[in-house]
Amino acid sequence: MARRLIELPSPCGPLSERLFDALEGAPGASLEAPGAVESADPIADEDLQLALYVAYELHYTGISGVDEGWEWEPSLLGFRAELERPFEAAVADLVQPADEGELASVGAALQAIVAEDVGPPLSRYLETQGTLEQMLEHVVHRSAYQLKEADPHSWAIPRLSPRPKAALLEVQADEYGGGSAERMHAVLFANTMETLGLDPTYGAYLERLPAVTLASVNLMSLFGLHRRRRGACVGHLAGFEMTSSIPNRRYGNALRRLGFGREATHFYDEHVEADSVHENIAAWDLAGGLAAEEPEVAADILFGARALLQVEARWATQLMDCWERGESSLREPAAVPA
Amino acid sequence: MVDPNGDQPSPVTITPYPDGPYLVRGDFVVTDQEGNELPTERRTIALCRCGKSRMRPFCDGTHKLIGFEAPSGQEPWPGG
Repeated sequence: MARRLIELPSPCGPLSERLFDALEGAPGASLEAPGAVESADPIADEDLQLALYVAYELHYTGISGVDEGWEWEPSLLGFRAELERPFEAAVADLVQPADEGELASVGAALQAIVAEDVGPPLSRYLETQGTLEQMLEHVVHRSAYQLKEADPHSWAIPRLSPRPKAALLEVQADEYGGGSAERMHAVLFANTMETLGLDPTYGAYLERLPAVTLASVNLMSLFGLHRRRRGACVGHLAGFEMTSSIPNRRYGNALRRLGFGREATHFYDEHVEADSVHENIAAWDLAGGLAAEEPEVAADILFGARALLQVEARWATQLMDCWERGESSLREPAAVPA
Repeated sequence: MVDPNGDQPSPVTITPYPDGPYLVRGDFVVTDQEGNELPTERRTIALCRCGKSRMRPFCDGTHKLIGFEAPSGQEPWPGG
């Protein structure tokens, strides 16, 4: 897995066009704020989500031809804030507020939230009847996060007090391979992509990812990059770990059913075992630990878990709807300019 | 694997998590009854407590599917 450097994608609307045009120049006031962004459905708004994704990527990766000074350029941050506002509001609309009883034990509340979750049966579908093409599409969608697995939640590390910080590190150290680069989960995912004949280059499929896929990753970056959302960042990670081991077993089974061996399934098999460890640490030591130290963010922890489940459900529904119609769930490749 | 403690042995702890597995930390070795080591790759492992894992003795998250319930602390003596 080489160093990260992505290409600036083709814009897909006025927001991404204005942002990408500016990024090709020198950092400065050339990027005008878009004013209040009106979007009927921010989570499914291709233009908004792509622009936001690229704005966040400045913190994760180099972008070919883009000056690194843009990362903290005030006009960029102002522009990004206008994209975040409708997105954050749309997510809040999907999330039911925590009740008092839940706040008394955040670990137990997280268990209940996850147990009650009835998301679309995407992993069961892929396990039992998904086609190779659908499984490959699923891998391409997930590459938006999995090639930087764990990174969005690592932004929370310096913001936590010792007990929840130690718990987060216990999880993240394992995500990052326990000191071994080849066991790093992002590297395992790249290996799986390569084995399946996909391009494991970071950002290779960015133009093929629909808004909901980008939204699922933008959600993590939003929570991770804003200290005020540290509770949601922790809750998001806990929810992610608590809903991971069983679907990952099914994705591994899907690949086995389609004739692939250990090379391809290792990433998924590893997650069955790893996340069975992580989910307990994340729910009780990390989320519970943070709620004990900072009770004022307890409700935001539960918000993060519920936001994850809602956005993931929206994403899974869109994939399954596309497949039911016999269509690809990926965006059409952008036309190559003449 | 990185061991920040170097040669310092760290004591083994076994922690039952609420409605979940036993988490084992420290300088542990898992063996079968014959003494053969079961390879483990991570510093913290989860041992199945519900009995229904499909990769026993390790946890695979199945306890969530079957509604397994158990406290983290010791259960009270029945009827006591």
